[in-house]
Amino acid sequence: MQISFTLNGRPTTVDVEPATLVTELLREQLNLTGTHIGCDTSQCGACVVHLNGLPVKSCTLLAPALDGATLLTIEGLQGAPGSNQMHPMQEAFREHHGLQCGFCTPGMLMTAVALATGKPDLTEAEVRHGLEGNICRCTGYQNIVVSVMAGAAAMNAAKGE
Amino acid sequence: MGNVIGIGASPKRKEDQRFLTGRGNYVSDIKRPGMTAGVFVRSPHGHAILRGIDKAAALASPGIIAVLTGEDVAADKLGSLPCGWGISDAKGVPMKEPPFPMLAQGKVRFVGDMVAFVIAETPEQADAAAELLTIDYEVLPSVVGVLEAVRPGAPQLFDDVPNNICCDWELGDKAAVETAFRKAAHVAKLSLVNNRLIGNPMEPRAAIAEYEPGTDRFTLWTTSQFPHVVRFLMGALVLNIPQHKLRVVAPDVGGGFGVKQFHYGEEAVITWAAKRVKRPIKWVASRSEGYVSDRHGRDHVTEAELALDEHGKFLAFRVNTLANMGGYLSTFGPNIPTNLYGPLLGGVYTTPAIYCNVKVVFTNTVPVDAYRGAGRPEATFVLERIVDVAASEMGIDRVEIRRRNMIPKEAYPYQTPVLVQYDSGDPMGCLDGALVAADVKGFGIRKAASASKGKFRGLGYSTYVEACGLAPSRFAGRLGARGGLYESATVRVHPTGQVTVMIGTHNHGQGHETTFAQIVSEKLGVSFENVDIVFGDTDRVQFGMGTYGSRSLVVGGAALSKATDKVIAKGKKIAAHLLEAAEVDIQFEAGNFSVAGTDRIKSFEDIAGAAYVPHNYPLEVLEPGLEEQAYYDPVNFTYPGGCHIAEVEVDPETGTVTLVNYTAVDDVGTVINPMIVEGQLHGGIVQGVGQALFENAVYDEGSGQLLSGSLMDYCMPRADHMPMMKISTHSTLCTHTPMGVKGCGEVGTIGSPAAVINAVVDALSHLGVTHVDMPATPNRIWRLLQNASLPVAAE
Repeated sequence: MQISFTLNGRPTTVDVEPATLVTELLREQLNLTGTHIGCDTSQCGACVVHLNGLPVKSCTLLAPALDGATLLTIEGLQGAPGSNQMHPMQEAFREHHGLQCGFCTPGMLMTAVALATGKPDLTEAEVRHGLEGNICRCTGYQNIVVSVMAGAAAMNAAKGE
Repeated sequence: MGNVIGIGASPKRKEDQRFLTGRGNYVSDIKRPGMTAGVFVRSPHGHAILRGIDKAAALASPGIIAVLTGEDVAADKLGSLPCGWGISDAKGVPMKEPPFPMLAQGKVRFVGDMVAFVIAETPEQADAAAELLTIDYEVLPSVVGVLEAVRPGAPQLFDDVPNNICCDWELGDKAAVETAFRKAAHVAKLSLVNNRLIGNPMEPRAAIAEYEPGTDRFTLWTTSQFPHVVRFLMGALVLNIPQHKLRVVAPDVGGGFGVKQFHYGEEAVITWAAKRVKRPIKWVASRSEGYVSDRHGRDHVTEAELALDEHGKFLAFRVNTLANMGGYLSTFGPNIPTNLYGPLLGGVYTTPAIYCNVKVVFTNTVPVDAYRGAGRPEATFVLERIVDVAASEMGIDRVEIRRRNMIPKEAYPYQTPVLVQYDSGDPMGCLDGALVAADVKGFGIRKAASASKGKFRGLGYSTYVEACGLAPSRFAGRLGARGGLYESATVRVHPTGQVTVMIGTHNHGQGHETTFAQIVSEKLGVSFENVDIVFGDTDRVQFGMGTYGSRSLVVGGAALSKATDKVIAKGKKIAAHLLEAAEVDIQFEAGNFSVAGTDRIKSFEDIAGAAYVPHNYPLEVLEPGLEEQAYYDPVNFTYPGGCHIAEVEVDPETGTVTLVNYTAVDDVGTVINPMIVEGQLHGGIVQGVGQALFENAVYDEGSGQLLSGSLMDYCMPRADHMPMMKISTHSTLCTHTPMGVKGCGEVGTIGSPAAVINAVVDALSHLGVTHVDMPATPNRIWRLLQNASLPVAAE
C-alpha cells in the first residue's frame, strides 16, 4: 500500500507492506539507521521517534499508521532550521558526557526532547521518571539526567529569545 | 602548534558527533549488494539427543537459498570453537575440554544451542523456512544448577566428563590455612550465591559475512570487542582460512561488557556459509535470541570461612566455590572463576594464608564467560561480605576491622599469598576519603529520620582491589593462557603533521578516540583535532588483542605511548640533520625540535614534511617517512581499588530496597580524561547495583528453560533506580605502566555489589538477618522479613 507522511520536514510517499513496522521502514527502506532496535518487547526505547510531536516506540508502530502524519527521527533533530547546528539537547548530551556507546542515544534524545518541551525547570525526579522507558547500559544514567536537565533549560531559553 | 589537549583535561568526545546525530555505523546498519538474510535455528530443549533434521520442506519454501546443519559442518571437517585458556587441577591434570561444534552434532546441551542456519532472500523468508524444518529431538532431563550438576545421578552432559566437572582447580597453601584455622579465636562462615547475569549491551549481536571469489577473500563484520582475535581463532582454528585472506571488521559497537569478547559460533557459521552461497549474508539477533546465546556471567555457589585472632586480625581465608560453565567452554570460560577469582581473595588485607578450591561445572545452560569485572566482583563479594559477618559476630565495628587488616600504604609493593603482587595502593586513604564524602558521621540522624517514616536504613562498605590491565603474557601463559595479551599501536604522522593512530584495542563506549588523542596531543604537541584513532578493522590495524579486562588504556595506551616516543626519537634524528647539530643536543618540547641552548628550532610539521620530502635529509642513515609501531606487554597486572559506601532504605511493608546514597573513592592511577573516567565509574557502579538489587538469570531445573528470557523478565537498572552518585578519585600511580595508569572500566562493577548488600544486611540486622543473597528484590526481602519478624514478634 502507498502511504504519505512528513518525514523530518519533507513530504514523503512510500510503498509498504501493511505489516511493516516503522523501525523496518525507516532502517531498511529509507536507510535512516539512526533509529535503533535494542529489544523485541518495547522495553529499551532505542527506537523512540516523534509521531505528530509525541514520543513513540517505533518498534511497535505499523507503517500504515504514518499515513498523513508528521514523523521526526534522530536524523531530523537539529537546532534552528537551516542553521546546521545541533539541537540544544544534542549539545547538552555532548557537553555533559550523556552518552558512551551511542546505541541508546537516539532514542534517549528523542524521549528527552519530548520530556523537556515547554518545561525549562524539569526536576531530577521528573527526568528520572520520564526516562523510565529508555534503557542505557553504559552511563549509569547520571550524566544523561544531568544532560536532560541542562538541555531542557537551553531549549526553553532558546525559545524564549 | 595549535590546540594541545593533554593528560588531565576533559575535552568533549570526538566520537559523539556521529552518535548524537544518528550517523553511527553499527553492524546492523550496514547493507551489502546482493545481501541475503540468515537466521539460526536453536534448540528449544536444554538437553536432547539430536536424531535428525528434515530439510525438505524448508528447501522448497519461497526465497530459500540454503539450510546448513551440523552434518554439513562435519562434512567440511571444520574445527571446534576454541577455548583460549587451558587450566589444570592441583595434580596438573588438564581440564576436560569437550568439543564445541558451531552447529550441534549428535546432542544439544542448552536452550539456544544452534542446530541449523537458514539463508533466504529476506529475513521473513528465512524465518518462514526455519519454521518448516522438522527436527527430531529425544529430550533428556536437564541440569542447570551447579549443586545439582555434581550430585550422583545427575544428568551427564558429556560421556567423558564424570559428574559434569570440567576441572577441580585450587590455589593457595591448604596446609597453612588448616593450621591457621586450628589456632583461630573465631571462625566466620558464610554460604552465598553469586547470581547469574546477562550482560545486555544495548546493541544486540549481529554479523555480516561476504566472500569475494575473485580474490578468495572473506570479510566478516561483527559486533566484537576484539576483531583480530576473532580473525585468529576463527580463521586459524575453526575455518582454516589463512589470516591474509580474512578481514574482520568491528565498526561502531553498541556496548560490550564482555559479552562481545568471545568468538561465537554465529561468526564462524555465517563466514563459512558466505562462501557456500557466494552472496553476503546478514544476521541480527533479537534481544530474546541474545538471552539464550550471549555468554552469561557469574553463577557461583560458595562456602567461605575466615579465621581471625581475638583482635579481629585475619589469620586465614578458605573458599570453596562451584562455578557454572554452562553447556560448553566459551573463549575465556574456565579462566574467569579460577585465575581471575582466586588471586583476588586477598583483597586489601594482610591475610597471610589463603586457600581456594573451585569446581568448574558443566550444566545445561548458556556457556558462562566474562562479564564486566569477570571473577573479581565474585571474589570481592565473598571477601567483603564475610568481613562484615566476622565484624558483626565479634562485635567489632565494620570500619575498624577493615583498618586492622588493611595493607598500609608503606607496605607496597605487597606480595599476597595468592600469586599477585600489588605494585601500589592506599586503601586506607580511599576509606578515609569515602567516610567523609559519604557523611558517615551523619548516618545516625538519617537512620532515625528513616525510622520515623517506618523505613529501615542501612550503610554498607566495600573496600576492594582488583587486578586488571590484562595481561602480562608470561604470567598468563603460566596460568594457562593460550595466547599473548600484549597490545600494539602504530602512529602515522602525515606529511602535513596530522596524525592517524592505528590501535588494536576496540572502542565501544569507552571514549578511546578522545583519550588516546589526548595522549598523542600531549606527547607530540599537535592539535587534539589533528589526531584520529583507527580501530576495529584487521585490514587497517596491524594487530591487537582488543578491549576487555580494563586493558585498553593500560596496555594499549602504553603501546601508543611507546610508539609516540619512537616518533619523537626519529624526529630528533631528522632535526639533528636539518639543524646541523648532534642528535644528543636536540630537545623536543611543546611540539618543537630545538638545539639545546640555542634559538635554532624546527616545528613538528617541518620535521614531518622533511620526512616525506627528503631533499635535505640523512638518507644514508635514515629511511624517509614518519610512522612508528610499538608492541607493549605489561610486566604485571594493575591494581585499581577503592572504597565504596552504599546507603539504602528498606520499606518493610513491601520489601523494596531503595538506594538512597552512593559514594565511591577510587584509585585508578593517573587520570587522562576525568570526565570519561567518571562516566566509566557511573556505568560500572550501576551494573554492580543491578546485580545486587535487580538482575537474575533464572533457569528451570529439569527442563532447562530460561525463565528470565526477555527484558520483561530480567530487570535492568533504570534511571529512576539510582540516586546521584558521589564519585572521586584518590590515586596512587601504577609503578610499571608508562603513564601511571591503572584502568577504570570495571572497578565500579567490582566494588559495588558488596557495598549494596552490606547496606541491606545492615538495615535488617536488628531483625537477626545476617545475609541476603543477590538480587535483593522486594519479593526476597519481604519473605525474609516475614520469616525474621516471627521470632522478633514472639520476644
